[in-house]
Amino acid sequence: MSSVGLVWSNLFRKKVRTVLTVLSVLVAFVLFTMLRAVAVAFDSGGFGPAGVDRLQVAPKFSIIDPLLVSQMREVERVPGVDAVTHADWFGGVYQDGRNFFPKFPVSPKSYFDIYSEFTIDPEQLEAFQNTRTGAVAPAGLAARFGWQVGDKIPIEGDIYAKKDGSRLWEFDLVGTYLHGDRRDETGGGVFLFHYDYFDEAREFGQGAVGWLIVRVEEPERAAEIASEIDALFENSTNPTRTATEDEAQREFARQQGDIGLMTTGILAAVFFTILLLTGNTMAQSLRERIPELAVLKTFGFTDGRVALLVLAEAVLLCLVGGALGVGLGTATMVAIEPGLQQFLGLIEVTWDVVASAIGIALLLGLVVGSVPALAARRLAIVDALRAR
Amino acid sequence: MAIVELNDIEKSYTKGRETVDVLTGINLDIDEGDYLALMGPSGSGKTTLLNLIGGIDHPSSGSVVVGGESLNAMSARALAKWRSQNVGFIFQFYNLLPVLNARRNVELPLLLTKLSGKQRTKNANTALEIVGLGDRATHKPGELSGGQQQRVAIARAIVADPALLVCDEPTGDLDRDTAEEILELLAILNREHGKTIVMVTHDPKAADHASHVLHLDKGTLTGAPS
Repeated sequence: MSSVGLVWSNLFRKKVRTVLTVLSVLVAFVLFTMLRAVAVAFDSGGFGPAGVDRLQVAPKFSIIDPLLVSQMREVERVPGVDAVTHADWFGGVYQDGRNFFPKFPVSPKSYFDIYSEFTIDPEQLEAFQNTRTGAVAPAGLAARFGWQVGDKIPIEGDIYAKKDGSRLWEFDLVGTYLHGDRRDETGGGVFLFHYDYFDEAREFGQGAVGWLIVRVEEPERAAEIASEIDALFENSTNPTRTATEDEAQREFARQQGDIGLMTTGILAAVFFTILLLTGNTMAQSLRERIPELAVLKTFGFTDGRVALLVLAEAVLLCLVGGALGVGLGTATMVAIEPGLQQFLGLIEVTWDVVASAIGIALLLGLVVGSVPALAARRLAIVDALRAR
Repeated sequence: MAIVELNDIEKSYTKGRETVDVLTGINLDIDEGDYLALMGPSGSGKTTLLNLIGGIDHPSSGSVVVGGESLNAMSARALAKWRSQNVGFIFQFYNLLPVLNARRNVELPLLLTKLSGKQRTKNANTALEIVGLGDRATHKPGELSGGQQQRVAIARAIVADPALLVCDEPTGDLDRDTAEEILELLAILNREHGKTIVMVTHDPKAADHASHVLHLDKGTLTGAPS
């Protein structure tokens, strides 16, 4: 038996109490893992890895304001800009509101040129370019709904109606593409269709786009180029706000609410409660074995060593609960993530989340154990044995 | 040769504004290999005297020298280390850790040594053999009788091979037959293993096993009873 063995054995003095305490810590860390994973996904926009050489040019004041497709030509002329494309938020419902996935009207060739990490069969890209009602879907999304190339995909427009008043938009699926990341397995990603068809057929808003995507020649000049682009349109009717794709994604997420702040608030309340519960358990456990701790001191265990044993128990309790909680939270997140992905984008429990959970468990153990440890340190042998 | 030397020991406690004198003018030498019984009525200061000899309490004045080392001058840390190497404690209520089995309870004092885990286990088994509980090594205290628990406590007290054993009413919680077994075991440790034993007891029959008996009354040594 080692000192660790002694600490471990002491934890199981009252099995039911220990199990219940571990469970309460576990639940807190399940919540922590899941909420932090969601917050991290929101913080990154949830659209997958951002390109370091890409800028996003958005309307300055609101995402519902339009930009004009003609602004693309001016952006193309800014020194350092390599390529420009555009996209827009279509909304729309496929069969049922629960089948949510993003749908963007785009210019096929320039879009896939800028998003060069996406892979698509060249012939399918050619077909997409040449078919006005054409659309391509992420391979995972197509698999999710059982779509085959050649299928007609009906989408009911909830923002955009057609000029004839109809809200039924039918697209011909001419190909599928891969992201090269986890979205290919989970069925995430964007359904893309031909902007020219959309722009010609829609009831209003001709010539407008949601945002521009710019590829720069030198990523280190991105901030400078962003300023130049915004300066171009500063006094126009469609002013812009340009940011790196990474920043733009985070900005978009922030417009939906400060999820980070909300989750931090919830977690702070949860951990404060756990602190009180676990602290009470540890204090009770100490009171029950004051004579035993005194006996350890008679053998020659120093005050510091006895304090360390008590502190280690609290730390071990919190680390075990924390580790189990992170494990269970991660497993739960993996299980439910495909269902959440359509609303929240890519969610994964990152190593940062795991590391911060372990750090918090350690801190929790130290805080919870510090008062009993101090009491154990101060314990006078004679008084404690007399109390027996 | 004296292993324990107590010189002009005074011990008092403060209770509120009142000072209670527990020990007064104690002078005592205990020879190496002696088996001393301390007797006296409740509140006479027996346990306090035992605590001073065992280095878990300090006198208000006077000096305590054990094994040639003055305990007065030692820091708490040094005193803890000294106890781990020189004294074994045996209590009335055994004070075993209920979560550990007999072997692990006996092994506890060895956690403070540099012995390997294997050697610690071996020494703990040997100590259990000496007290006749080699076959109960994996039993937890709750699975042992009172006498067996006290044997485990004795094994724990001798496992680090201290020269001095201090026993506070070691048979106070046991029936007569079991108490006799424990007292016989202590006598063997004294006789065959050369342990110096200082035992506090109320029981004259227990005191009969000792080679010397001293009587304590109102904090003062009054010599051997008749």
